[in-house]
Amino acid sequence: MSAPRQVLYDVPGPKAILRDKVFTAVFTVVMVGLLALLVYSAYTRGIFDDRWQVLWDPQKGSQNAGDVWHALLVRGLLEGTLKAVVIAVPIVALTATVLVIARASGNAIMRALAYLFTHVFRGIPVLLTMYFGVLALGLSPLVSVVLGLVVYNTAVVAEILRAGIAALPRGQREAGLSLGLRPLSVLLRIQLPQAVRIMLPALVSQIVVLLKDTSLGFIIAYSELLTVTKNNYNYFGEPTTVVFVAVAFVIYIAVNMLVSRLAHWLEGRLSRTRTSAGVGDVPVAPPGGVMAAGAGANTRA
Amino acid sequence: MGALVENADLLWQGFTATLLISVVAGVLAFVWGVVLAGFRVSPIGPLRTFGAAYVNIVRNSPLTLMFLFLGGATSALVGIVIPVSKNTYFGVTVNNGIIFAIVALTLYTATFVCEVVRSGVNSVSVGQAEAGRSLGLTFGQTLAQVILPQAFRSVIPPLINVFVAHIKNSSVAAGFAATELVAVANRLSNANPSDVFGIFMGIGLAYLVITVPLSIAAEQLEKKVAVAR
Repeated sequence: MSAPRQVLYDVPGPKAILRDKVFTAVFTVVMVGLLALLVYSAYTRGIFDDRWQVLWDPQKGSQNAGDVWHALLVRGLLEGTLKAVVIAVPIVALTATVLVIARASGNAIMRALAYLFTHVFRGIPVLLTMYFGVLALGLSPLVSVVLGLVVYNTAVVAEILRAGIAALPRGQREAGLSLGLRPLSVLLRIQLPQAVRIMLPALVSQIVVLLKDTSLGFIIAYSELLTVTKNNYNYFGEPTTVVFVAVAFVIYIAVNMLVSRLAHWLEGRLSRTRTSAGVGDVPVAPPGGVMAAGAGANTRA
Repeated sequence: MGALVENADLLWQGFTATLLISVVAGVLAFVWGVVLAGFRVSPIGPLRTFGAAYVNIVRNSPLTLMFLFLGGATSALVGIVIPVSKNTYFGVTVNNGIIFAIVALTLYTATFVCEVVRSGVNSVSVGQAEAGRSLGLTFGQTLAQVILPQAFRSVIPPLINVFVAHIKNSSVAAGFAATELVAVANRLSNANPSDVFGIFMGIGLAYLVITVPLSIAAEQLEKKVAVAR
């Protein structure tokens, strides 16, 4: 969220300043105009009359308003979306570590299998894996959702960790080995903890991706936030679609903002430890790789 | 895989639909994403605000919600109803599901393209922009002729990764009445319960045929860019 912002041409001449001011004025007018048009259009379609009332007026329908919020926040968010996240994230942490070990191992077959796993499951849609769980393995929707999330995110997180380990100074590994630690111990106790610290922004964007991917459960009949959203507007009738979609929007964004805030805080704490421990130069994340979900790796000055 | 071979025409239809959605939405998302990146680095305040708000809102909400929004809210908000058409392009019957998929994916993927391009713009030194400015180029000229050509170079590998994710995201359309690969997997495995494993293997392979070459290309390019630095 807090990626560095670079505004092109910082030192414009007087003519350019005038031009910018004119552009700014014109665009403000155009955008405010468009917004007004949208609001007016929505108004003429009755958006502001009664649709929003389903959120606070118990008299609308036989279901009362308290039930709507209970359904959205408890049945949808807590017992659907977040439940899948809370189950999937620790499993991903574990399986991704195993995959990293396999990819770094001396055994060629293990390396090849890990390579295959990474490439196959990074290239297959999560939804397909979820359908596979439901249709081919006969798993419950929750387990299928978790399976889909775990399989895909294991491959991705392992790649992120691998990039993080590659970005560590070589001396870290050499020091560990020269102390007589086994390669596996060096990986688990020296390299991985430092890699996690460097890769924290990328790992957090991955959690946001995972959180959003739980919504695919909607398609395979897992009861989560969007399923509840759809049930709600089906129950209250067509005109409330906007209301409930907007509420779901706000809930998703709020949760993701919260995750980002927490991550930011954690990042600050961990980088403080790093400077006091004097591990050395802050390695720069390799180009590409982890940038897909935002320029997170270079948020620190 | 027997069921897939017997229904090769359906498999082919799903494959072309996935390709059509991915390519059309991919091109549109690229254009819109670069425009958004331009917004976000432009000196016009309202444009920056709009770009930042759009990118952060869309990136933090799931694609599935975008589909629901297009399906339900656009008609209620602005009265736009996507007409049902039965025209066939490249062997794909373009129904509502496909159009939804293209619009939703365009709006969604553009935010990721924007962020990647913007990180590329950030990697070009400010001096380049200042040089362009002091030669009397306008913002648009500076961006298009000085900054972006340099930015794209380092941004191609992550951009390919964005498009790999984009192709896989087209699978969400299966939940919204588009007959693409995942919808084909679903339909065939309901009809042939004994051959489910084969069907899913085949559909998975169909995706890998598109995505693996792309991600290998991304890796190779990444090495090249890394060497050149």
